[in-house]
Amino acid sequence: MATRVQFENSCEIGVFSKLTNAYCLVAIGGSENFYSAHEAELADVIPVVKTSIGGTRIVGRLCAGNKNGLLLPHNTTDQELQHLRNSLPDQVVVQRIEERLSALGNCIACNDYVALTHTDLDKETEEMIADVLGVEVFRQTIAGNILVGSYCAFSNRGGLVHPHTSTEDLDELSTLLQVPLVAGTVNRGSEVIGAGITVNDWTAFCGHDTTATELSVLESVFKLREAQPSAIVDEMRKSLIDSYV
Amino acid sequence: MAEEAGMFVVHQTVGTVLCCKCGIPMPPNAANMCVKCLRSEVDITEGLQKHAIIRHCPECDSYLQPPRTWIKAQLESKELLTFCVKRLKNLNKVRLVNAEFIWTEPHSKRIKVKLKVQKEVLNGAVLEQSYVVEYVQEEHMCESCSRVQANPDQWVAAVQLRQHVSHRRTFFYLEQLILKHSAAASAIKIKQMEQGIDFFFSKRSHAVKFVEFIGMVAPVRSRNDKQLVSHDPKSNNYNYKYTFSVEISPVCREDLICLPPKVAVSLGNLGPLVICTKVTNSIALLDPFTLRHCFLDADQYWRASFKSLLNSRQLVEYIVLDVEIISSEVNVGGSKYTLADAQVARVSDFGKNDTIFSIRTHLGHLLNPGDYALGYDLYAANSNDIELDKYKGLVLPDAILIKKSFEEKRQRKRGKARAWKLKSLNMEVDDKGRTDQEKIDSEYEQFLKDLEENPDMRFNVSLYRNREYQPSEIASMTDGEEVPSVPLEELLADLDLSVDEDGDSNMRE
Repeated sequence: MATRVQFENSCEIGVFSKLTNAYCLVAIGGSENFYSAHEAELADVIPVVKTSIGGTRIVGRLCAGNKNGLLLPHNTTDQELQHLRNSLPDQVVVQRIEERLSALGNCIACNDYVALTHTDLDKETEEMIADVLGVEVFRQTIAGNILVGSYCAFSNRGGLVHPHTSTEDLDELSTLLQVPLVAGTVNRGSEVIGAGITVNDWTAFCGHDTTATELSVLESVFKLREAQPSAIVDEMRKSLIDSYV
Repeated sequence: MAEEAGMFVVHQTVGTVLCCKCGIPMPPNAANMCVKCLRSEVDITEGLQKHAIIRHCPECDSYLQPPRTWIKAQLESKELLTFCVKRLKNLNKVRLVNAEFIWTEPHSKRIKVKLKVQKEVLNGAVLEQSYVVEYVQEEHMCESCSRVQANPDQWVAAVQLRQHVSHRRTFFYLEQLILKHSAAASAIKIKQMEQGIDFFFSKRSHAVKFVEFIGMVAPVRSRNDKQLVSHDPKSNNYNYKYTFSVEISPVCREDLICLPPKVAVSLGNLGPLVICTKVTNSIALLDPFTLRHCFLDADQYWRASFKSLLNSRQLVEYIVLDVEIISSEVNVGGSKYTLADAQVARVSDFGKNDTIFSIRTHLGHLLNPGDYALGYDLYAANSNDIELDKYKGLVLPDAILIKKSFEEKRQRKRGKARAWKLKSLNMEVDDKGRTDQEKIDSEYEQFLKDLEENPDMRFNVSLYRNREYQPSEIASMTDGEEVPSVPLEELLADLDLSVDEDGDSNMRE
């Protein structure tokens, strides 16, 4: 299920939080409701960590990560880095990288297997992404926008991209990502998808302005209706039992 | 650009997204909302005026453009549409694409205009919407109409134009000049007075402009006065009535003048008996015995003003018996003269006695024995001019010829219409002064003859073709010298406006 939330009267919740299959980062301070909405949805499955990055609250736009790792920009303080290393599960590699483009969340979009990146990222950064996040890296644009992290959001099950994406681009991207993609909007017609929603394999958070139509589009493309944290295990168990029987 | 460089470009197909409100598939736009939803979401006509009140003058069918301009416009006209659109406030916040009238009953006092506007809404999507504005016509007479309706005497400035002579020739001519230059177009009333005309204006500046115009065409002297009508000491407003008194010099064309000694000396001992040959803003004087001439401008004239000794009403008809030219033709101030000795006799004496005058004249080039000429009879004149008395021992000639007379030939054409006519100012006649219509008519006839005989007088006057005139064949059979008349090509076609049916009543033939 997708949940509508708001961060201090702002619907751009992707700016203030980061959601992966293994952890969730939310901005420190400000809205306690925002934190508790995440807590209510996720607390018994993955850790919800309050943090700042480089002293700012725009954690979602500054970092990039998946269940394997977390990349932090060079302006992250040692204290924040330490806090995140302490809070996140042990198998998640937390790494600070020296990249000129410090808004990593805008420049990198990834799920657990593939990442799309800004075309101008350093070679070293690209290698780092591949190592830390354990993904295949593609330099791409989305509907002519080089900030791929801002204009698309995808999980291991599906993805939502900028509404102006042509069908050819859509085909190409979904071939790269190996997930079904759909062009759409969030927050009542906003095309900044990355800022409007945070999504992982079984849940999604979207801005408060998101209409029912948009909600139904993203629930269907991210396959959230049947998804529960346990659904994957159930499915596996079924097949296991099948094989047992 | 990439295409121009010959690079391979992937063809892009515009995909579809779901409208974020109603969920119907549509091509993506800036708001990512279908047009219907966008319309329901935002009303771009919000805050725009849907009703307006406009002031309409029922008398002259014009509309008030605040603060005080009145615009004449027909219903459903382009001008009215422009006016209506301009009357709307806040229209600069949207882009106006189209405007048209919706028909309404003319007497309903409502005007409806359908406007189509565009405006940018929701991150760059441009929405177009049309709406109807209803204008309520409020009847309100315009300033000039209400002035005319309420009290035609509501003038602010009056110009009293006067010439202290016994005839109105000057005013007939001035009237034509004023008409030609439409100098009195802003006058609210024109009144014919004894020895002059009064012009009334609603603004002082109009009167000043008119006085300046008169100063350019006639030798005038003027003074102005103002009378306090009302006064508001709190706002320091003063309301005056202005009066301009403009006096035209009494010297007219063809007048015989005896120059005062001072003037004669200052003009290099001209005269003292001179003829006025032309009056514009200066006076042209000609000594008929020496063919010397000079110009006197208004300043010079009024410094030492003089009156004429004899004027054109006192012209006497002579018959020329003999002409002897004594000098060759001389060009004086644009016109030609030839000095000649002539023997003339008064027509009234002709056949009664043998009184013959030997005189010198400047019309030697025109006169032939047997011709008739008009001149001043100094022999019989009993002048009591002060200036004349100042010259001791001045020998007066017996007669001074002024012009050739065509009276004899003209008699054959009497009663026939002219091929041309003049416009006339719409003047009220002052009833208090005694008016002799017969005298005025004969003076007007004389003025028309003058126009025919004098091409440079015609130069400043607009003549119009008389439609009722049919050239008769008998007239063209006259032998010998033709009576001077206006060539047809000089005539202006009368602008025959069918709307203005009483236009002809302003014409005098």
